[in-house]
Amino acid sequence: MSDRPPRLAWLLLLLPFAGLLWVPFYNFLTPDVWGFPFFYWYQLAWVPITSFVTWLVYRRLRHDD
Amino acid sequence: MTTEVDGTALAIFIACFILVTVMGLMAARWKRAGSMAKLDEWGLGGRQFGTWITWFLVGGDFYTAYTVIAVPALVYAVGAYGFFALPYTIIVYPFVFAVMPLLWHVAKKNGYVTAADVVHGRYGSRALELAVATTGVLATMPYIALQLIGMAAVFKALGLHGELPLLTAFIVLAVYDYSSGLRGPALIAFVKDTMIYIAVFAAIALIPGRLGGYAAVFHAADAAFQAKGAGGLVLAQSQMIPYATLALGSALAAFMYPHTLTGVFASASANTIRKNALLLPAYTIMLGLLALLGYMAHAAGLKLSDPNDVVPALFNALFPSWFAGFAFAAIAIGALVPAAVMSIGAANLFTRNFWKAYVNPDVTPAGEARVAKLTSLAVKIGALLATIYLPTQFALYLQLLGGLWILQTFPALVFGLFVDWFTAPALFLGWAAGFLSGTWMAWSDGLKPLHTIGFGGTKVSLYVGLVALAINVVVAVVVNLAVKSQVAQPQPSR
Repeated sequence: MSDRPPRLAWLLLLLPFAGLLWVPFYNFLTPDVWGFPFFYWYQLAWVPITSFVTWLVYRRLRHDD
Repeated sequence: MTTEVDGTALAIFIACFILVTVMGLMAARWKRAGSMAKLDEWGLGGRQFGTWITWFLVGGDFYTAYTVIAVPALVYAVGAYGFFALPYTIIVYPFVFAVMPLLWHVAKKNGYVTAADVVHGRYGSRALELAVATTGVLATMPYIALQLIGMAAVFKALGLHGELPLLTAFIVLAVYDYSSGLRGPALIAFVKDTMIYIAVFAAIALIPGRLGGYAAVFHAADAAFQAKGAGGLVLAQSQMIPYATLALGSALAAFMYPHTLTGVFASASANTIRKNALLLPAYTIMLGLLALLGYMAHAAGLKLSDPNDVVPALFNALFPSWFAGFAFAAIAIGALVPAAVMSIGAANLFTRNFWKAYVNPDVTPAGEARVAKLTSLAVKIGALLATIYLPTQFALYLQLLGGLWILQTFPALVFGLFVDWFTAPALFLGWAAGFLSGTWMAWSDGLKPLHTIGFGGTKVSLYVGLVALAINVVVAVVVNLAVKSQVAQPQPSR
């Protein structure tokens, strides 16, 4: 990989770690969505967010390998 | 739960099983360029799997049949705490994205097949190579046994008893694995994952409707936990750090296993792996929703003595028997894919890092493939005998230790990709310290995943594997500083 994305972009990959490993952020029942307590939909929501954030980094890579 | 044999369910089950057996055997011819008598071809499918094949293969091999049984079982038994599998299987992907393409490059450039190959190539140390290889094999064996246990849970739900069904499934697995190598599970993974997706999405779409909606499902689970006086829909204060450390430790360990690394090394390019880090989270959505089957079992009023029966019992209770047969086939076939890849990964390790390193350094490529095929057979027979003759709890304990052990190979495998500072003796002693202290802590805690340490006045419980990894890294750094300072000292002149 000859031109890596700027180092700052890689820091985006730490967001899911922060959002999910600091449990006090989301250890609640409310607000609920479609019957899902907060604890559950918050964590499920991190799946697409993580893919999106990773895609932001991916976009800035050269794909010649 | 019912133990009557249901003809419809059993017929569907057998038909699906025959289909994948034929596919597994035909896979030997699939996308075949060169001779099968090479370890690259048999054990890595020729390093040519593109984005979609890798997606099915790694997905089928990381989210195992045992996961499908055990995650809802844990959620049924303890509630929110069982969900640690969700953050675990989310944060693993940014890690895979950042690290695994680098590892793939090293392996591709040098023709490496195993993690221990990479470590030997990087540090030139036979001791470190042996440590990584032995850890890989030790950690994989109980994992294969767990797949057979997952399969046994399904046979039980179909009303099949005794060892014969397991033995049959095992022979199917052994035969296609022997002849097709990694192509077998790669091709079967398409069928298996499609079936699992259908079964899980049918369950999460239809079951809550029968039980009064998701709000009612959560409510029923909450009531069950309150009646029991244990568990709950959110974590207790004391469970938060265990939850986070289990998720982190499991995520760091996940791609150190021989079976997941085999999927990485078999990819056609580094970009295949990056794309998969973006796409594999689809399986995590499925896992998260699947976990809720544990709550649905409470809402359906199932009272189970063995939580591992949650998924089979729920399908038996709420779906027509043809669909239950289909879902059970999905789970049983789901056990074949990871079991096959695991035994291939262990066989690759044995061939490259024991046989070629110590027994026959001049082994030909054809000889390597032959040794690997026979080893994969031996590994599977070991797992089968363990499943039949040892108590299930024993495999679970070994699986817990296996996760702790494999995590100790992390510094040796990953650090060298980013920094050029560590030396082989430091990493070896770090591995030994982590391995031994971790095993000792887990043993003295009664083989529980959590270890309690005191910080001043407060006591904190953490995932024991992560504590051992911290010891591992500290020892590696300290020893490395000592080694470096010795080298840097001027030699006394005579």
